[in-house]
Amino acid sequence: MKKAWLFAALLAASAPALAEEARALADDPAIEARLVNLASDLRCLVCQNESLAGSRADLAQDLRREIRTQMKTGKSDQEVIKYLTDRYGDFVLYRPPFKPVTYLLWLAPLLFLAIGATTWFFVLKRRRNNVQPEVDEQQLAAAAKLLEEDQ
Amino acid sequence: MGSIKRWIPLIIFVALAGFFLKGLRLDPREVPSPFIDKPAPAFSLPVVGDAAKQFSPADMKGHVWLLNVWAPWCVSCRQEHDFLMQVRQSGAVPIVGLNWKDKDRQAGALLEQAGSPYLAVADDQSGMVGIDYGVTGTPETYVIDKQGIVRFKFIGPMGPQSWHDKIEPKLKELGA
Repeated sequence: MKKAWLFAALLAASAPALAEEARALADDPAIEARLVNLASDLRCLVCQNESLAGSRADLAQDLRREIRTQMKTGKSDQEVIKYLTDRYGDFVLYRPPFKPVTYLLWLAPLLFLAIGATTWFFVLKRRRNNVQPEVDEQQLAAAAKLLEEDQ
Repeated sequence: MGSIKRWIPLIIFVALAGFFLKGLRLDPREVPSPFIDKPAPAFSLPVVGDAAKQFSPADMKGHVWLLNVWAPWCVSCRQEHDFLMQVRQSGAVPIVGLNWKDKDRQAGALLEQAGSPYLAVADDQSGMVGIDYGVTGTPETYVIDKQGIVRFKFIGPMGPQSWHDKIEPKLKELGA
């Protein structure tokens, strides 16, 4: 327990130090923050399961440099994204835009929800219609007697 | 009624299996190019082996041609090189090379040694022209028509099979 507290305290103490180090790397922290924010939503085209922010591929480095340059010249995030989609298509976006080819992609969850809800509705409806069969007192008594005899 | 219901899970399974099987056969590298049926981006770059000369796609107006993006450091480009030599010999279509990110300046020596299948090779040292064309890796080949419009993009090394199935019909259609 003591160890855990010590560890937590050390961790807390080291956090500002880490932040300092990261900041020193970037010559313009505001641009760098924008770059990381934007590039983490973009796909690296060489290693497709990595984001543009995290990839060390050569092309990703080139693209990050280009984005940085464009941001420094005052381009907005939207303009930078347009620059990339003009060249690489919507495939660079991890968040595909809502347009006719992606309707199915975006609406599929709702569709599945609708299918589920419909199924649920019909199951419940049938269950309600399944009324208990009417059993008269005599039959119940006979059944109870049979059970008793069994024991 | 009951018997149809029993088959529903199997039907769903077969449908899903069908989708997955199709997915297995798709190549994730074959990203659709946004340049199809759009003008090939303009550029002007020095020519490998003759830096005084410049190449620009406008020079090819009136011809159907291939822009082959390659690099000396790219292994599958070497594999493609032999096939490109055959294409050059057949005279089917002029091929222009785009030497992409050749930081070690190897392209000239390599082509001199192995022979060049190219009409000219534009030297894209910074890689920015490649980025303007949406290149993600070498080799990639663009089929560009007489008006300078990109009509097709092939990703990966071309070979006899892909040439016959994909490039040749496109060239015929464009009147190469």
